[in-house]
Amino acid sequence: MTQAAVGKAVKSRGSWSVWALWLLPLLFLALFFFAPLVSVFKLAAQAAAEAGPQAGLLERVSRPLGFTFYQAALSTLFTLVFGLPAAYIFGRYTFPGKSLLRVLTTLPFILPTVVVAAAFNALIGPRGWVNLALMSLFDLSAPPLQMLNSLPAILVAHVFYNTTIVIRVVGSAWSQLDPRMEQASRVLGATPLRTLREVTLPLLRPAILAAGLLVFMFDFTSFGVILLLGGPQFATLEVEIFIQAMHMLNLPLAGLLSAVQLLCTLVLTVAYSRASLHLNVPLAPRLQGEGMRPLRGWRQKLLAGLTVTLLAALLILPLAALSARSVVRLETDRGDRGTVTTGLTLDYYRELFVNRRQSLFYVPPIEAARNSLAYAGTTVLFSLTLGFLASSALAKKARINAVLDPLLMLPLGTSAVTLGLGFIVVFNRPPFDPGSLPLLIPLAHSLVALPFVVRTLLPALRSIPVSLRQAAAVLGASPWRVWWEVDLPIIARAALVSGVFAFTISLGEFGATSFLARPDYPTLPVAIYRFIGQPGALNYGQALAMSTLLMLACGLGILLIERVRLPGMREEW
Amino acid sequence: MKSNPIRTQFLLILLLASLFLAACGRKAVPPTEPTVSNEPTAGSEPVELRIMTHDSFLASEALIAQFEQENNAKLSFLPSGDTGAALNKAILSKNAPLADVFYGVDNTFLSRVLDEDLFEPYASPLLASIPVEFKFDPENRALPVDYGDVCINYDKAYFADNNLALPQSLADLTNPVYKGLLVVENPATSSPGLAFLLATIAQFGPEGYLDYWQQLKDNGLIVVNDWNTAYYTNFSGSSGRGPQPMVVSYASSPPAEVVFASTPLDDAPTASVVAPGTCFRQVEFVGILAGTPQRALAEKFVDFMLSTPFQEDMPLQMFVFPIQPDAQLPEAFVKYAQTAQEPAALDPAEISANRAAWIDAWTETVLR
Repeated sequence: MTQAAVGKAVKSRGSWSVWALWLLPLLFLALFFFAPLVSVFKLAAQAAAEAGPQAGLLERVSRPLGFTFYQAALSTLFTLVFGLPAAYIFGRYTFPGKSLLRVLTTLPFILPTVVVAAAFNALIGPRGWVNLALMSLFDLSAPPLQMLNSLPAILVAHVFYNTTIVIRVVGSAWSQLDPRMEQASRVLGATPLRTLREVTLPLLRPAILAAGLLVFMFDFTSFGVILLLGGPQFATLEVEIFIQAMHMLNLPLAGLLSAVQLLCTLVLTVAYSRASLHLNVPLAPRLQGEGMRPLRGWRQKLLAGLTVTLLAALLILPLAALSARSVVRLETDRGDRGTVTTGLTLDYYRELFVNRRQSLFYVPPIEAARNSLAYAGTTVLFSLTLGFLASSALAKKARINAVLDPLLMLPLGTSAVTLGLGFIVVFNRPPFDPGSLPLLIPLAHSLVALPFVVRTLLPALRSIPVSLRQAAAVLGASPWRVWWEVDLPIIARAALVSGVFAFTISLGEFGATSFLARPDYPTLPVAIYRFIGQPGALNYGQALAMSTLLMLACGLGILLIERVRLPGMREEW
Repeated sequence: MKSNPIRTQFLLILLLASLFLAACGRKAVPPTEPTVSNEPTAGSEPVELRIMTHDSFLASEALIAQFEQENNAKLSFLPSGDTGAALNKAILSKNAPLADVFYGVDNTFLSRVLDEDLFEPYASPLLASIPVEFKFDPENRALPVDYGDVCINYDKAYFADNNLALPQSLADLTNPVYKGLLVVENPATSSPGLAFLLATIAQFGPEGYLDYWQQLKDNGLIVVNDWNTAYYTNFSGSSGRGPQPMVVSYASSPPAEVVFASTPLDDAPTASVVAPGTCFRQVEFVGILAGTPQRALAEKFVDFMLSTPFQEDMPLQMFVFPIQPDAQLPEAFVKYAQTAQEPAALDPAEISANRAAWIDAWTETVLR
């Protein structure tokens, strides 16, 4: 056979296998994403035709659109500035308490917004620990720090939520970089800064870009943070969609806004795939932990210490404040408003296990935790399977990939409210029945998790040099064996990272869950909402106690996942 | 071939993952399996009745079990988000209803729902004892079940300490002595927020309410998006101990403060301003969803909701007032809940027609 003939044969088999890989992911998207979405848009268009034109439409779209882009760009910038040094520390150094710290920095990601709002309130709210301390220290009668309901509150909350994306995506890539490249650069006389600029950063660009896109998408469709921490002055597209759909019952406008949001997402992802196409430098990736070293010298220690302190202050302090509030009672003596005394209590936890009012929908915490974990486990399985298929297809050269790649990202930039409504329209008809709605929960979660899985797996898959596979094949390995011995060890770390993402996304998700959940299978976030919706100190305390349990369950889950050693993983990163 | 521990581990993970799936699959079965154990009477299978509600719906387990037993029924509840979300769900699934009965539409959404022809009329015999002012729908498609007054709640200790007089009307709130003391919810995102806006429209008219809100704004009004934030973060009378001593909440919140106190209280820390025209009365309705195959059982369930045992169960479950005047109120309600005197009233049709325009104008005035 001539060289050309071989090339042709490989190519034609290649495009067939790409389609085979795409089959399941596309089917999944068509059924659980496009079908519900199209049905809602159809309804909205019908309603719009009946209602006639609405006044001031342009301004109703442009105002939230402008703010959405503005806050998302700012938030992404801050998240990267804050997250990259942390990714460096995590990707390059070993230090005591590292794996615990990494788990702790992941926890914000899982928390439902109402809990995060409560956490920030417990820390910097009018009666938060910071204000209480300042008030007693300087003998003030009014809380000096007023940060809630402002743009800074939104930005801080977004950094709080999404830093873990940067740490995990970029940190994992950093830990796999071939340290010899940097060593060579240093030996050739480059300063550390020049090495960073000309060697390390270019190699990391795909990972940074992927992390940036994921963070931007999350900020772009941000809803709870804007609503609860930003306050009524601020409205993103998603908030407007929620208001129009749920409170005004104005489906046409809600539909239009979600179409605009979807369009923006599409443009963003297309731009991203174009940009990332030429960035990848296929370099033999190294075994994990090869470039890992302990902290040496005061400069490294100072940098690490500073980063860890900042991380702790921003990510862990609010969580700690929340947990602290769940075991503390705030008391003011009657008639004495100035002083607030505190007392320790476990009442809120004890009360969780009592169905005091003999209520029908009492949620035993253990059961809620079990449901949450089962949904999360299923989500990991679904999204990893689909994500692996899709990213394997994307790693191959095929024209169709340019079209299909952005489609995968769309669910992340889609209004949860719109999609939830779509699920109801589509899946309450035979062959589905309302009883099957809870089954859709892991599927809905997988929709959100899939982009994460693909964006984490793809850089790893692309980094596998063809020469390694060819060498293995020449030496007589079957395709399966090649995958097992070459591909898997290289992508193992990325697979684990994406598994953690899928797990945490599912645990904390509330929007779709509240749409689809039935009282028979409550999840932890649903239970938290039940408590926080009623007045009374006991209800509030129980909501915080339940949130603390959610964090514990999640932390343990992540620790367990990270304990898993996949082939090729030598050391933690 | 030498054994490879790494492979064994990998297979173990796969096994673990499939176990997760199995755990979920097992729970996929139940829709037909009753959550409350009920003995099938006369050997026949219980008939399922599906009830769609908002998330705040609660009832005593025993009471529901009793209904199921007496009627050989199996009740499936579908909490579907807040009132707006649940209504959306019902309207969108109109052609293939998800449920047989819908509970929880209030008088601010009523006209919209009646226009959608969501409900079938049912003239329950128990309507006879319900006061006429609650019967908003003469065709009896929507039947009143309970009501709640949205009122300003205040922190009793703050007013006592500062020798501050209570506001006696909405107009009083623009008085500088109350500067910065009131937190309200955004009517675009919160149901009590909307109710309070409607109270001001009833008081000052569609022409005058914006001027009033401008004055409130000038007097240091605080607006937040949801009831949780207003009550727990901003209100000083709640366990959050925030900075504002007045909040828009419910007349039933003070008894809830006592019932759910973290240490037993002998008195409610909060109370409501119930002066004429300051409160807005939210009435909640139940309706039989059009096209239900379980019409007979649905009627029985509606009767059950209007009957004394359920009416007397509601206050401590959902913190609302029973619609039947002869229902006994629990002690906490008798002691700590006040009833609004001459609550503000607006015609549901007028609310439906103007709701969006009123909220938009309010947003322009107060938030921009």
